[in-house]
Amino acid sequence: MTPPKRPLAASPQGGNASGPAEPDPRRLLGPARSVVLGVAACVVLAVVGWFVPKWLTFLVTMAAANGLVSLGIVGLMRGGVVPFGQGMVMAVGGYAAALLFNKLGITDALGLALCGGVAATLIAAPFAPLLSRYRGIFFAMLTLALSMVTYGLLMKLEVLGGSDGFNLGRPTLLGFALPQERVGYVMYLLTVVLATVMALLARVYFDSTRGLVTLAVRENELRVEYLGGSVRQAMTINFILAAFCGGLGGALVVMSLGHVEPNFSFWTTSGEFVFVAILAGWQSVAAVFVASTVLEVVRSFSSAYFPNTWQLALGLFLLFVIRFLPKGIGSLWMRGPTR
Amino acid sequence: MAALLTILIDGLTYASWLFIVALGLTLVFGVLKILNIAHGSFYALGAYAAASFVGWAASMKWAPGLSLVAMLLAAVAVAAVVAPLTERGLLRFFYGRDEVLLVLVTYAMFLIMEDVTKLVWGANPYYVSEPYALFGNVNIGVQTYVGYDFMLVGLAAVIGVAVWWGLNRTRTGKIVLAVIHSPEVASSMGVNVSRVYMGAFSVGIFLAAIGGAATAPMISVQPGVSVGVIIVSFAVVIIGGLGSIEGAAVGALIVGLARSAAVHLAPVAELFSIYIVMAIVLMFRPEGLFQRIQARKI
Repeated sequence: MTPPKRPLAASPQGGNASGPAEPDPRRLLGPARSVVLGVAACVVLAVVGWFVPKWLTFLVTMAAANGLVSLGIVGLMRGGVVPFGQGMVMAVGGYAAALLFNKLGITDALGLALCGGVAATLIAAPFAPLLSRYRGIFFAMLTLALSMVTYGLLMKLEVLGGSDGFNLGRPTLLGFALPQERVGYVMYLLTVVLATVMALLARVYFDSTRGLVTLAVRENELRVEYLGGSVRQAMTINFILAAFCGGLGGALVVMSLGHVEPNFSFWTTSGEFVFVAILAGWQSVAAVFVASTVLEVVRSFSSAYFPNTWQLALGLFLLFVIRFLPKGIGSLWMRGPTR
Repeated sequence: MAALLTILIDGLTYASWLFIVALGLTLVFGVLKILNIAHGSFYALGAYAAASFVGWAASMKWAPGLSLVAMLLAAVAVAAVVAPLTERGLLRFFYGRDEVLLVLVTYAMFLIMEDVTKLVWGANPYYVSEPYALFGNVNIGVQTYVGYDFMLVGLAAVIGVAVWWGLNRTRTGKIVLAVIHSPEVASSMGVNVSRVYMGAFSVGIFLAAIGGAATAPMISVQPGVSVGVIIVSFAVVIIGGLGSIEGAAVGALIVGLARSAAVHLAPVAELFSIYIVMAIVLMFRPEGLFQRIQARKI
């Protein structure tokens, strides 16, 4: 029932149409175009954020930070596996940032965000080689098991605040103290800038050799092995990169909320990240952040207007997307031979 | 020794209702190839329906023993009304799609049903105490156990044997096995595959609902019961191997015993003992304990 397979040598941009000697102009323009669009979007958001009400900047901050977690999932989805426990790396990043803030007195927001990413990477790395052997439901369930073990530990460890979690204070940025009325905007700015940087890096990675090997794994991993590519290596690296994205997002969420709790690692949280990744589709990076914003908007508005039925609204919305946009929002503007 | 016995009996009780629920999950996966996240919601629906039916039976002055019949009726009602509605009205439009996408569809169903049960039954807990006292107490050594727990073990055994018998020793069962093996070939032999799908899904949901109904007297029925059940029953079928009845039984026993051992010996580990067991089993048997090895496609 599967459609005919494309030969591995052909790049998704269809570069062999103009002959091997002349590189495809779209391929050369592609990176520059992405950078210009990304920076432009970032500048526009920064300017607009100054004028819009606080609840809206907060919403976008949450969307961008959560989007980073989903970005990691999209990276894995390109290889054909979907993790159902990405809440774990988010929780690890969040707890790492909060602990560094409270116990070691590190208050720099950028430093904390990066530390969150590194902490999640370090925790996830030992599991990556093991997980790289699993596919489909089993990969989803193993990652879910990991996140639920983390959840159980966080619930029971009184040092980490148990089921209530704990609060953290106002961060600083690059040595400057942030006044109460500006901290929201600065966190918004930081999150948007980091999200843009990560999105551009993700685009570069997705178009790199290993990024394309990942796509080939999704098509047929046995062929990748026969052609000399290492499937397990690609999967391992994707998982570690996803962990970094998740930890970064988790640290940003925690700093904006000023609070961290075990629920970050609960499976329903992970489900929402998968939701965003599916909504976005695996083709476009920008779509991840659009999808994340859509989820935040749907969640905020439906919890404000129908507080008892917002899950119902979310479920119907998800069904609608799966039925009518099976390849995700990204398929609306990503045309061409990538299927 | 007494502690060991307590762990065994607690584990067995927990395993028995878990087996009933997980059997439904594994049956639906085996036939329809859908890992149903909403299975826990059907469990909750069964528990809520049982609460309503038993309450109704009490108000009609039925004999206390008939509250068991009310529980059975509740599960039948859920299976007969809600299951065909969701299968025909929703799931069939997504057949043949990617496995993970189907998981997402059932995740959406889970979200929807979560709110629908809240809308119908409200957020306050229900208590179904009548059936719990029906079987008295049983003294083993110095400990006293509730008789209802042993009834549950019996129910699980009866249901397990019935499903195994139905699948392996009846004509309908052979047809279902044929559909599991190859829906296309079965269809070309004149089997009404849609009807088999609907039937199997309804039986699966009935098992979830009867599991919910049977545990309703032991818990307070309130929002959130579905969330816990679904992940634990996932663990059971993953440990045992998706689509295997024996696997569900062994998986339920392992999970039940692991949990009750954790509760009695290391309460800190209660929340995650199950997942550690699941992770260990998956490390050594990536496809679960009772899964046949499948050839890789080139």
